[in-house]
Amino acid sequence: MRILKTLVLAAAFPVVAFAAGGHVALDRAPIDNHDTASLQRGAKLFVNYCMGCHGAQYMRYNRLTDLGITEQQIKDNLMFNADKVGEPMLSSMDAKAAAKWFGAQPPDLSVVARSRGADWLYTYLRTYYRDDSRATGWNNLAFPNVGMPHVLWELQGTQELEAREGSGDGHGASHAAPSLKLVSAGAMPPKQYDAAVADLVNFLVYLGEPARTHRVQLGMLVLLFLGVLFVVAYPLKKEFWKDIH
Amino acid sequence: MSSNTKTGALVQWIDERFPLTSLWKEHLSEYYAPKNFNFWYYFGSLALLVLVIQILSGIFLTMHYKPDASQAFGSVEYIMRDVPWGWLVRYIHSTGASMFFVVVYLHMLRGLLYGSYRKPRELVWIFGVLIYLCLMAEAFFGYLLPWGQMSYWGAQVIVNLFSAVPFIGEDLSIWIRGDYVVSDATLNRFFAFHVIAIPLVLVGLVAAHIIALHEVGSNNPDGVDIKKNKDPKTGIPLDGIPFHPYYTVKDIVGVVVFLMVFSIIVFFMPELGGYFLEYNNFIPADPLKTPAHIAPVWYFTPYYAMLRAVPAMFGSQFPGVVVMGAAVLIFFALPWLDRGKVKSIRYRGPRYKAALAGFIVSFVILGWLGVEPTDFLGKVPGTSLEVATLLARVFTLAYFAFFVLMPWFTANDTEKPEPQRVTW
Repeated sequence: MRILKTLVLAAAFPVVAFAAGGHVALDRAPIDNHDTASLQRGAKLFVNYCMGCHGAQYMRYNRLTDLGITEQQIKDNLMFNADKVGEPMLSSMDAKAAAKWFGAQPPDLSVVARSRGADWLYTYLRTYYRDDSRATGWNNLAFPNVGMPHVLWELQGTQELEAREGSGDGHGASHAAPSLKLVSAGAMPPKQYDAAVADLVNFLVYLGEPARTHRVQLGMLVLLFLGVLFVVAYPLKKEFWKDIH
Repeated sequence: MSSNTKTGALVQWIDERFPLTSLWKEHLSEYYAPKNFNFWYYFGSLALLVLVIQILSGIFLTMHYKPDASQAFGSVEYIMRDVPWGWLVRYIHSTGASMFFVVVYLHMLRGLLYGSYRKPRELVWIFGVLIYLCLMAEAFFGYLLPWGQMSYWGAQVIVNLFSAVPFIGEDLSIWIRGDYVVSDATLNRFFAFHVIAIPLVLVGLVAAHIIALHEVGSNNPDGVDIKKNKDPKTGIPLDGIPFHPYYTVKDIVGVVVFLMVFSIIVFFMPELGGYFLEYNNFIPADPLKTPAHIAPVWYFTPYYAMLRAVPAMFGSQFPGVVVMGAAVLIFFALPWLDRGKVKSIRYRGPRYKAALAGFIVSFVILGWLGVEPTDFLGKVPGTSLEVATLLARVFTLAYFAFFVLMPWFTANDTEKPEPQRVTW
């Protein structure tokens, strides 16, 4: 019966942090959504490196004024695939062709930070390594057998999986976390690359929920108001209840 | 309200045509509630507040949401980004859904603590359980609407439960979905149920719940009947106070504190660590990609744990479905299972106290087990049985034992005598 199949499926698989199934320890993403300079750098990386294949169809270009830039600056620096600043941030790539090239259509990234989480993205974009057994020549620790090649390789350089001593000899070494080493340098030294990825992740988190900063600010005001209301409501209750003996 | 003012004249004009003043008196200014209500008595009025919050925020969401499989996910993001204050309305609604259950579970626990379901409040309790059932249906239908992966696969799993019904199961589940899988047809009908059918029933039941309550009067933390001691001249219970203004001003304090908690969630942690908004639900529904781990939202997980705990019999999962249904429906029988002489936990004997504690622990542990996959605690050494499944079976039995054994442990308990008047 179908129900059995679904229930067995639901029960049989171990919980993994995310559907991709990587078992690597996640690094904390050093991001700050008040850092507009970081968000602007992240936006630039996003339109230059991600939007060739991925879109952010629920985001409009003019919303990027949140990042402290004008519509003219958006048009001049960030808008390559659209004519009007109110248009959504769509990829220039044909979805059907993409599905043919990569095996699957590159997912829309509007809310990717909300499903994956910042730490996963930060780890994922830093753990690509050479793997000749893959069609793209790349593999990833956080997202094993990922379909996407390492788009940022020119910046990061090339990493390889470090050969682990005594792997498979039954002494538990095979369970150690796999590590990567940089075999050829990229345009950025490792620290600078990590900072660039942090900017990009910072932007993706903003992209996932543009209202976030405003939400937190408003929340403070609402709580302040409720605090004042409590200071009025509680003595009012006390005053009425003085009569009850 | 004196009739020599203009307002007074208006009220009199209305009263000659509609029982405004008498309704006001009957349900507020001359509804005498026991004066010893404690913390637990906030949750009834708070449940009413959340109902209003959900209806109002829901109306605004309906104005922008599209119940269409190809547009639903996008329209939610449109609400979050392009609709002015849409993000706030959406978070209020998603937080309200979970907080409704928080408040209702505490309200039900209050009933268990003080015996509020006992004679003469059986119908108040039955209307309450019906409200709980409606709320579960409302939450289930509503959860499909964002059309994320958890929406889709959660609905798929639950509708598939009906296919476990012998003989008619397959046809029944197709009839419910309107298709062979959860699809656009399912989304449309769930939307209809969520925004009109269930809310209508819910509002009617809430009215019936309150009318029945005001007919018999409120119980209180001592479980004693305040109507036994009335002022001989006025006929007003000596321990009763008018609901308005005393409990209106008191409930306003409760509302303010509740709204603080509510706002902290809405503004600072709307996903509440994946419990109020599941992370996987930010991935659009994909009928071809089953998520690795499907778990319902937290308020359903105790029942989900029971469903998984019951082994399949004769190749059918139906027994698990029956157990899950029985776990909810058994609440209806509560007024007739309790044979205690006293109502309140304050005067109950050790047996009832132990049984209630065991029930609460079972419910919470089942809820925790229902969130996790069944193998998360490993296997019982030397067997193929999962520890989590074993625990779920033990606590499912404990859950039912609370009800089934109640006639015995309540009839043979060493209770303390109830006071004549409420303690204050």
